[in-house]
Amino acid sequence: MMRWWPVFLRNMLVWRKLAIPSLVGNIAEPLMWLIAFGYGIGSLVGQVEVLGQKVPYLLFLASGSICMSAMNAASFEALYSAYSRMSVQKTWDGILNAPIGLADILLAEMLWAAFKSIFSVTAILGVMVFLGVLLSPKIWLAWPILLLVGMTFSSIALIFNALAKGYDFFTYYFTLFLTPMTFMSGVFFPREQLPEWLQKGAAFLPLSQAIDLIRPLFLDRWPENALEHVLFLSLTALIAYTTALQLTKKRFQKD
Amino acid sequence: MKKALLSCEQLVKSYGALQVVNALSFEIYPGECLGLIGPNGAGKTTTLKMCLGLIEPDAGRILAFDQEMPTHALSIKSHMGVVSQFDTLDPDFTCAENLQVYGRYFGLKKDYLRDKIPQLLEFAALSNKANDRPGALSGGMKRRLSLARALINDPALLLLDEPTTGLDPQARHVMWERLQELVRAGKSILLTTHFMDEAERLCDRLIVIDRGEKIAQGSPKALIAEHLERMVVEVYGVFDKERVLADLSALAQRVEQSGETLFFYANDPSALNLALSKSPQIRSFHRPSNLEDLFLKLTGRQIREGA
Repeated sequence: MMRWWPVFLRNMLVWRKLAIPSLVGNIAEPLMWLIAFGYGIGSLVGQVEVLGQKVPYLLFLASGSICMSAMNAASFEALYSAYSRMSVQKTWDGILNAPIGLADILLAEMLWAAFKSIFSVTAILGVMVFLGVLLSPKIWLAWPILLLVGMTFSSIALIFNALAKGYDFFTYYFTLFLTPMTFMSGVFFPREQLPEWLQKGAAFLPLSQAIDLIRPLFLDRWPENALEHVLFLSLTALIAYTTALQLTKKRFQKD
Repeated sequence: MKKALLSCEQLVKSYGALQVVNALSFEIYPGECLGLIGPNGAGKTTTLKMCLGLIEPDAGRILAFDQEMPTHALSIKSHMGVVSQFDTLDPDFTCAENLQVYGRYFGLKKDYLRDKIPQLLEFAALSNKANDRPGALSGGMKRRLSLARALINDPALLLLDEPTTGLDPQARHVMWERLQELVRAGKSILLTTHFMDEAERLCDRLIVIDRGEKIAQGSPKALIAEHLERMVVEVYGVFDKERVLADLSALAQRVEQSGETLFFYANDPSALNLALSKSPQIRSFHRPSNLEDLFLKLTGRQIREGA
């Protein structure tokens, strides 16, 4: 039943060889955003009102950008890296000749992308705590939620992986899907700033759901409708994963 | 008669209007090397993939190790070893790590792998490359590492898809020696190839397929005896083709033309050779007929569209 594990372990062993440079990249970028925007824009903006509470912009941004990092890390791994293994290196074809099924491989890839995502997220959280940006004791609860966020976005990304004909396809996914979502989900500014008609729809974006859970925890408060948000993310992950599996099976029947 | 390790019954597979495999049946018995030969696009790789449960046939039945494919694909694959047409080695791992990681896919234990990996590297003549990555290996070494990897679970049946395509003669001979060693050790091999010398040398039994259908089967010798005259005289060079054909056709059982070369198939070519020796400007080459002649007779000399 644990047939996915050796595949997961394979990815981890490769990553271990390149872990330090990849970790530096994974942490450096979100931290640059945080510092440039948080301190730069933060000094212009001052405080932002969230849930009737005035909070420093840096903290507001930190709680949004940690969700963005979870999303980006998971998406990147489940798109570019999974595609390399599936289509370029033919690693999956090799594994399929062993007693391991396509469903096991896909599950391993999904969990692996989520793991890589939570690994980066943990490092960034560590730096935030170290810099004194993050003081909330509820941060421990943010951790499992961010793992779920990673699983949700890696599942969605695997759909696009199954459909891709080349790496170029993923540029569309990032620029047409993830980037607009980042702006509409309240990472950089509260969703209340959006036109009202857009606000209602934007609340149902998976990244918005993640931020609605994480941001209060960063502010040492309990999120409202937490169960609904968790269910929404879990259900999105499940549907996306099932769809990705069907599409991947179809792709492999063709060759 | 021994019980078949793997048997395919009436396999059918098509992609849209293109029929890739059509009513193909065969079985492979313990200890034999069975060759699946046919031109590019004949359906060899698709057939192998169906035997592995990777592609589902439209109709037909595959039974291996007393289990039904693809329902029990994973259990069946634990008894098989596969070398696919293109290497799928992990470029980021060393040779030894490649075997280690692959062994884990079979659920093999650490202790077993610790003993097995050096043996396999030695078998593949790669002991001194244990800590090199595949990128540092030659084409022949990579193929041998793929073969070693396919042996990690000590399989009873090996499926090899064009194992020597793209290798130089030295590397091919080393590969052949290893495969013969495996058959001597009691393994069964199902091999696809379009090298007739390879098929003749390695295979106990051959199945010729073309356009997804079985068109002939038997041992290499029996197939040649059944379908071909004993000898061939190839005639080429600068000559009047029509006149030579008119003069010499009666001396052979059968004549084939390919471009500017004439092939005279004859059981006794002595009269033909005598006639040719009188025209020294005509160049000729006299040899026993072989599997390649058979292959070309059965599948035609023209190049296929899209191949």
